[in-house]
Amino acid sequence: MLKDHAKLMQAVLVSGEILGRKKLQKMIYIAKKVSFPFHERFQFHFYGPYSEELTLRVEELCNMGFLNEIKEKKGGYFQYRYTLTDTGKEFLSLNEVEMPFLQDCLEDMNDQNARFLELVSTVLYFDNLSKEEVTDKVFTLKSSQRYTEAEVDEAYAYIEALKEKTKLQ
Amino acid sequence: MRYSAEKLSEEKVFKDPVHRYVHVRDRVIWDLVGTKEFQRLRRIKQLGTTFLTFHGAEHSRFNHSLGVYEIVRRIIDDVFAGRPEWNDDDRLLTLCAALLHDLGHGPFSHSFEKVFDFDHEDFTQAIVLGNTEVNAILKKVSPDFPQQVAEVIAKTSAKKLVVSLISSQIDADRMDYLQRDAYFTGVSYGQFDMERILRVMRPKEDQVVIKKSGMHAVEDYIMSRYQMYWQVYFHPVSRSAEVILTKILHRAKQLYENNYSFKNDPIHFYSFFTDKVTLEDYLKLDESIIMYYFQIWQEEDDGILSDLCRRFVNRNLFKYAEFDPAKEYKKLAELTRLFEKAGIDPEYYLVVDSSSDLPYDFYRPGEEEERLPIHLLMKNGELKELSRESEIVDAISGKRRTDHKLYYPVDFLEDESSEKNIKKQIRTLLEINPRVGDDESC
Repeated sequence: MLKDHAKLMQAVLVSGEILGRKKLQKMIYIAKKVSFPFHERFQFHFYGPYSEELTLRVEELCNMGFLNEIKEKKGGYFQYRYTLTDTGKEFLSLNEVEMPFLQDCLEDMNDQNARFLELVSTVLYFDNLSKEEVTDKVFTLKSSQRYTEAEVDEAYAYIEALKEKTKLQ
Repeated sequence: MRYSAEKLSEEKVFKDPVHRYVHVRDRVIWDLVGTKEFQRLRRIKQLGTTFLTFHGAEHSRFNHSLGVYEIVRRIIDDVFAGRPEWNDDDRLLTLCAALLHDLGHGPFSHSFEKVFDFDHEDFTQAIVLGNTEVNAILKKVSPDFPQQVAEVIAKTSAKKLVVSLISSQIDADRMDYLQRDAYFTGVSYGQFDMERILRVMRPKEDQVVIKKSGMHAVEDYIMSRYQMYWQVYFHPVSRSAEVILTKILHRAKQLYENNYSFKNDPIHFYSFFTDKVTLEDYLKLDESIIMYYFQIWQEEDDGILSDLCRRFVNRNLFKYAEFDPAKEYKKLAELTRLFEKAGIDPEYYLVVDSSSDLPYDFYRPGEEEERLPIHLLMKNGELKELSRESEIVDAISGKRRTDHKLYYPVDFLEDESSEKNIKKQIRTLLEINPRVGDDESC
C-alpha cells in the first residue's frame, strides 16, 4: 500500500535532508530519468520539468506526519526544508522499499545546487534531441539562467556519471 | 492566397451551451476540425467515469477542444489584437495549438496511462508530427508548422506568451473545462465571470498577466477550481468507478501475461499488453471499444475479471471508508490478511485511493519557482503575485487538504454463505453497518 509514497519517503531518508521544493522536484525527476522506479508524471513548465502529482504526494506525506516540512524566510521568498519524521521512519521500516544505489545518486544530487539540477533536468527532458539541439533549447528556454556551453557539457558529464552508478544495479 | 491566411467564404459557427457560439473563419481551423483524428475526440468523454455519478457528464473532449479554441480566439481577436506586446503573426499558431491541445487523449485516459505506463501527451505529439490528416493540414501552412504547434502544446516553445495562453495557472484550457464540466454535471460551483477575466488579461513579455482591477473575478475562478475539485473531480463515487476500471485493466493484463485464453481475442489491447503501442493502434481505441470488451468480459471464466466488469457496466461500485494512513496502516495490514483468508483477493478488492492519484492543479504561488504563478499588473506597471494581494486566494493556497479512502466490495463482505466469521471481523474493522457508504447518488 502507498508504494509510491513510500518511495518518496525513502528518497528523503537517504538524502538526509532536502532543502527546497524546486530541488526536491528536480532530484526525483532526474532519479526517474536515470531509471529509478518513480511513477510521478512530469511536464515541462516555465522552470523546467515539474510534477503536480509529486507536489500533492509530498503534501499528503506532510499531512500524515511522515515528512517534516520547515518553512524558512530567505530574502524575499520562502524556502522549504524536508526531513523524514520518526513516524515516517517507522512506517518505512514496515513497508520496505528496494532501490539499491538510490542513496549514492541522491546524495550526489543533494550536493549540487538547484540551478545546476534545473539544467540537468532540462537536458534530460530533451534526451530525444541531439546535443546541439538540446544546447539550443537550453539557451532559448532558459535564457534568464544564462547557462554557458561549459555548464551544458558539465550537465552531460554529470548525467553519464549518474547512469554509471545505476548500471551497477 | 496563402493557405495560412485563407478565410472561409462565410463564417461557420458551432452552437455551444457554454460559449453560445464557437466562431470559425480560418480555413486551417475548419479543415483541422474535419480530420479523423479530431473527430475521434467526439468518442472520448471529457470526464471519464464521472457520468456514473453525475449523469449529465457525457460531454466529450471534442466539445472542450472547440471551447478552448473559442476562448483563445476571443482573447487574441478581442483583447490582444493591436497591443504592442502581442505579435499577431502568432495568431494561427496559437489557435491551432488551442484546438489540438488534447488530441492525444485516449479513452479513460487516466486509468489507461496509469496501468500501461504511458503519457497521452506523447500521443498528442505523435499525431501532430506523424503521418496523420492533422499533420498534412498543418504542413500546408509551412513545413515546420507542425513542429511549432507541437512545441507550444508541449510547453517547450520559446514563444512563452503563446504557451501561457493555453497552459498556465489561468489559461483557456481551465477556463473552458471548469465552466463546461459545471454545466454538464449540473453543479453551480464552476461559475465565474469569464468575460471580465478576458477583458483584464494583458500580454506582458513571457506571460499573460491580469490587471489589478480584475482581481476579484480571478478570485472567483480560483474558488471555482477548488470547489470543482472536491465536489466533482474527486467525488468518491467517481473515484470508486475509476478504481474498478483500473483494476479491470490490471487484471486483463495479468491474465494475458499468464497466457490465459480469452473467449474473444482482445486484439485492441494486445499492443498495450506488450508495451508496443503504435499510433495506428492508439487511434483505433475509443470508449465504445473499451465498453464492448467490458461487456463481453462479463462472460469470461476468470472470476475476478468478470466480476469487476459486471460492477463497472452495471454500476455496482465499491463502497468506501475514510482512511487515515498515518493512524491506520497497521489496520490495513490486518485487513489485507483477513481478505486473503476470506478468499477475496486484496490486490483487486481492497484499494487505497489518495488525492495525489488524481493530481489537480490547485493554485500555487510558486514560492520556489516550481510553477509560474498568476501575476497582477499594478497601476505603476509592477507585477505582484496573486496570493500576496488577495486574502481569499492566500487562504486557499496556504491550506493543504488531502484525502484518502479505502474501497471495498460491501456485497462480498455481507455474503455470509462462506467464511462468515472472517467477514464479520472485516466488517467490524471497517465499521460497516447496512447504511454506511450507501451512497448511490452524488
